[in-house]
Amino acid sequence: MKGFWPVFRKELYQMFMSPIFYAVGFTFLLVSGVFFNFILSQVVMVSYQVAQHPELGKEISMMELFLRSFLWNLSIVTLFIAPLLTMRLYAEERKSGTIELLFTYPVTDAAALVGKFAACVTILAILIAATLPGVIAVALVAEPAWKLIFSGYTGLFLLGCSFLALGTFASTLTRNQIISAIITFGALLVLWFIGEAKTTVSPVLGSILEYVSVSKHFEGLSKGLIDSRDILFYFVFSVFFLFLTLRQMSSYRWRG
Amino acid sequence: MIEAEGLTKFYGHIGAIRNVSFKIDKGEVVGFLGPNGAGKSTTLRILTCYMPPSSGMARVEGLDVIENSLQIRQKIGYLPESVPLYKDLTVRRFLRFAASSKGVEAKRMNAEVSRVISACGLEKNAGRIVGNLSKGFRQRVGLAQALLNDPSVLILDEPTIGLDPGHIIEIRRLIQELRGDRTILLSSHILPEVAQLCQRVIIINKGEIVATDSPTNLTSQLQKTVKIVLEVSGPTHEFAQAIENLTGVEKVSQVSNGTSKFVIETDPSTDIRPEIAAMAVQKGCGLLELRTIQLSLEDIFMQLVTEEPSGEGAKS
Repeated sequence: MKGFWPVFRKELYQMFMSPIFYAVGFTFLLVSGVFFNFILSQVVMVSYQVAQHPELGKEISMMELFLRSFLWNLSIVTLFIAPLLTMRLYAEERKSGTIELLFTYPVTDAAALVGKFAACVTILAILIAATLPGVIAVALVAEPAWKLIFSGYTGLFLLGCSFLALGTFASTLTRNQIISAIITFGALLVLWFIGEAKTTVSPVLGSILEYVSVSKHFEGLSKGLIDSRDILFYFVFSVFFLFLTLRQMSSYRWRG
Repeated sequence: MIEAEGLTKFYGHIGAIRNVSFKIDKGEVVGFLGPNGAGKSTTLRILTCYMPPSSGMARVEGLDVIENSLQIRQKIGYLPESVPLYKDLTVRRFLRFAASSKGVEAKRMNAEVSRVISACGLEKNAGRIVGNLSKGFRQRVGLAQALLNDPSVLILDEPTIGLDPGHIIEIRRLIQELRGDRTILLSSHILPEVAQLCQRVIIINKGEIVATDSPTNLTSQLQKTVKIVLEVSGPTHEFAQAIENLTGVEKVSQVSNGTSKFVIETDPSTDIRPEIAAMAVQKGCGLLELRTIQLSLEDIFMQLVTEEPSGEGAKS
């Protein structure tokens, strides 16, 4: 992994120098703040109604209801910002020609890739973590459901990593950052909703489609069910797209 | 030390270079010369391990470009043709990235970065964003990153292209200062530059090497006639006709109509200038100018790249 740290630091510097990062970060935090407020007030209303009719809501945990809705909304926002974080990774290097520097420095292609990916993951982790204080405050006031919070946020983070891995690969397909972002959006939206198609196709194909759907594996985690199969799915998904990215690197080299 | 044997590179079906072989010894400064699209950059990109050759073999410092790519990259400094730089970083930040990528340890980092900054005259611009620098200073930043970690082989692709004359002289001075036990390979299509900087020239055209020699040897080998410029006053036409009859004279041509300036081409074995001077006195003409023209590297280059494939001699 010779060259991981230099590339990782460079990517973070570039990210913090770039107005795109600040626009994306601001929008993410603003939208997540709005959702937080909105969902919290709704859950508070529901809990009033449940308090008036106790027979309705014996099995519903208000904390779980709140956290699930909030994380699902956050996951959609993440789907929208992930392509914006990854779009420049390789597209910009190729457009400006700096890939020639990266390819002729004593840095392995894999180290450069992992450095770039890790920088994006770090940014995403910072953004996701910034939504935690509100959730922790609610948990302290309402119900200390720490396991639920841990599981839900782990799920969101892994989901985000998968988005970033796919986005990293998409940024190697073109020199144009916008096209790279659009490809990522398209692919992520398809993978998000593909599970819904299972009722319209044969049972075998349906179960395959459901399995590759990125959103299905988030369901359990957002409910507090930590299932190694879901974690493995996100891991394999990310590694698969990073591997494809590495193949693209060799292809660039051979094509020149 | 750089060795290339039968290097060939195809981009799809288009052959960029064919069977390029040469050897550059340690400490040599070699110019790689050729018109645009001749395959200079392709060859340099293979040597810097940017891309592998389609066939053939290249070794840098005794290491193979395919098998020992990382070790070679550790030893070379490379300035790509378009001078790609991370435009959103400051000069110092960019150089720190380049230095750490090249394996400069944290302890030596500041000293090493400051060394190349002062070597390339970037002290006043070290804190500026690379994208805001002028072309000349960007070129210096490109050169600075190539010099990091004291590479034993320096490969510069068109180091002075697109610069104003002041900067060109500065960059050339810098390159001259870098000589020593370093091997330097620089490509260019500006001939006086190569003649000035390099001990040896490799001329490449349409993907093939057409000549390899020192600039002075190339000049003397290819000089098939000696050209003499003559300017006289008085009965010029009569005088010109008389010269044509001298032994060794092959051709006399007027520079342009209405002037008294002539170009005389003669056999290189004899010097007829004393005879011309004597004749001028005899005919009562005023001798205004009489000198030989040295065939410039430019002429040689044009001869080599426009030569007929049959090799029937150079066209002039």
